[in-house]
Amino acid sequence: MKILVCISKTPDTTAKIAFVEGNTKFDETAVQWIINPYDEWYALVRAIELKEKDPATIIHLVTVGGVDAEPIIRKALALGGDEAIRIDCNSNDSFTVANQIAAVAKEGAYDLIFTGKETIDFNSASIGSMLSALLDLPFISLATHFELNGNTASVKREIESGEETAEVNLPVIVSCQKGVAEQRIPNMRGIMAARSKPLKVLTAIETKASTSINHFDLPPAKSGVKLIDPENMDELVRLLKEEAKVI
Amino acid sequence: MVLVYIDQADQQIKKASLEALSYGAAIAQELGISVEALVLGTVQEDLTSLGKYGANKVHHLKNESLNSLDVKVHTNLVASIAKNLNATVLVFAQNFNGRAIAPAVAVKLEAGIVTGVCSLPNTTNGFVVTKTVFSGKAFAHIKIETPIKVIAINQNSFGLVEYNASTTVENIDLAIPAPSIKITKVEKIEGEIPLTEANLVVSGGRGLKGPENWGILLDLAKALGAATACSRPVSDSDWRPHHEHVGQTGIQIAPNLYIAIGISGAIQHLAGVNRSKTIVVINKDPEAPFFKAADYGVVGDAFEIVPKLTAAVLKAKTT
Repeated sequence: MKILVCISKTPDTTAKIAFVEGNTKFDETAVQWIINPYDEWYALVRAIELKEKDPATIIHLVTVGGVDAEPIIRKALALGGDEAIRIDCNSNDSFTVANQIAAVAKEGAYDLIFTGKETIDFNSASIGSMLSALLDLPFISLATHFELNGNTASVKREIESGEETAEVNLPVIVSCQKGVAEQRIPNMRGIMAARSKPLKVLTAIETKASTSINHFDLPPAKSGVKLIDPENMDELVRLLKEEAKVI
Repeated sequence: MVLVYIDQADQQIKKASLEALSYGAAIAQELGISVEALVLGTVQEDLTSLGKYGANKVHHLKNESLNSLDVKVHTNLVASIAKNLNATVLVFAQNFNGRAIAPAVAVKLEAGIVTGVCSLPNTTNGFVVTKTVFSGKAFAHIKIETPIKVIAINQNSFGLVEYNASTTVENIDLAIPAPSIKITKVEKIEGEIPLTEANLVVSGGRGLKGPENWGILLDLAKALGAATACSRPVSDSDWRPHHEHVGQTGIQIAPNLYIAIGISGAIQHLAGVNRSKTIVVINKDPEAPFFKAADYGVVGDAFEIVPKLTAAVLKAKTT
């Protein structure tokens, strides 16, 4: 069993969101970087659990980014995984990123490709879906549960009105969210072991970006909360009706 | 031509898709081209009703096997139909199914895609759409550089617009590719308004102290016709089911009204609800960070305030 886990570097959930260079770039000053929580808590941990069940399993982590992504991929290796691949490419274009990962995936002949359901910076939720088209593989999105039975996976996914379970033959791409696994904290042994695990750096393949960022901006500040007398809920209902026009 | 993918669940057209259609019709108007809808599977509605939201034509691939999503199958079909029809703009709803197939369809069409879109494109200099980024804390204006454009729009960001166009339905005759997955079990949440489709949401946090106290919240939701939600600690403690958890790691919603009861408003919770149009916060702690993100606030004991609010809602209904 060979598993590829896609890892992305994202700003911490509490990071201050600001932009520089004429609002064309995210302001990275004083930002703490983390492994994208969906990639770490669900995709990576589930892969590690599968390896614990079947030690013959090989886990590769892949990230698309510059040298500054290396501390993040080392952190991921401290949780688990056998080796990491960094594709040296800085891009905000999902298609470019997916193409880079697809090249690695083709080379590695993986049985399973895990992604998080989305990154918490761009929220595009596109990589898994794009990989499915690029690799011509089945894709199950928003998984909440993942089991392997030999060459078949049983995956529970979220749908509009509840959940459904799908059976699929490997290889398959799965985007993971809450439910698939529980967050783990790396231990000292893992952190030490991560230092000597191989981290391969690959040159990016050539692709043409299909989108480009024009600029960013922040939502207009809320005009401030209007406090309502707790004894006067009729007034709140009136405001919701007449001012906010939402009920 | 603008082609809008119409999504369905349980053979019913999703509201999010009607919104996507309204949005597609607005783009078509701006570009001076037609807008057409694509329906896969069997649905109960009369498809000519899609004219209401602007569809000039409806393309229907009527086959029961398409009622549940198989990304590989749906992607191949949507991409080849879009190619045959020479669609230049494709619109999807950014819901469970839309987000699963739209990026794959874009790859097949060699089209640039932007997901999580919340505005009409600006076409004065190229084709620029706005999307929410950093979990709703900012916007990115993104230029799509390819001749074909794919857009997945956030739910409840554009609204329904009625055009009352007259429309015809054309059946598509196309071989269905072999399935890539097999659905073995479906578990439905019965009798509730799905959170992602709800206009009004009443949500509870740890401030309610225990699952036995949820009655006042459910009464308010019932009076308003609202869906119910909760914060992460509440679902983690199993006070409420996991599918009600809204926030960064739960569901992200954008209702017209979000009423937060006993929720302090941690940044991770706000990430799931900050696209709501109006936010009401009820909390006994005047320093709760949620008040900073709220439009209306009530400082006080939820156990006293919520029943009063319910009574006021019911009173307003009858007068």
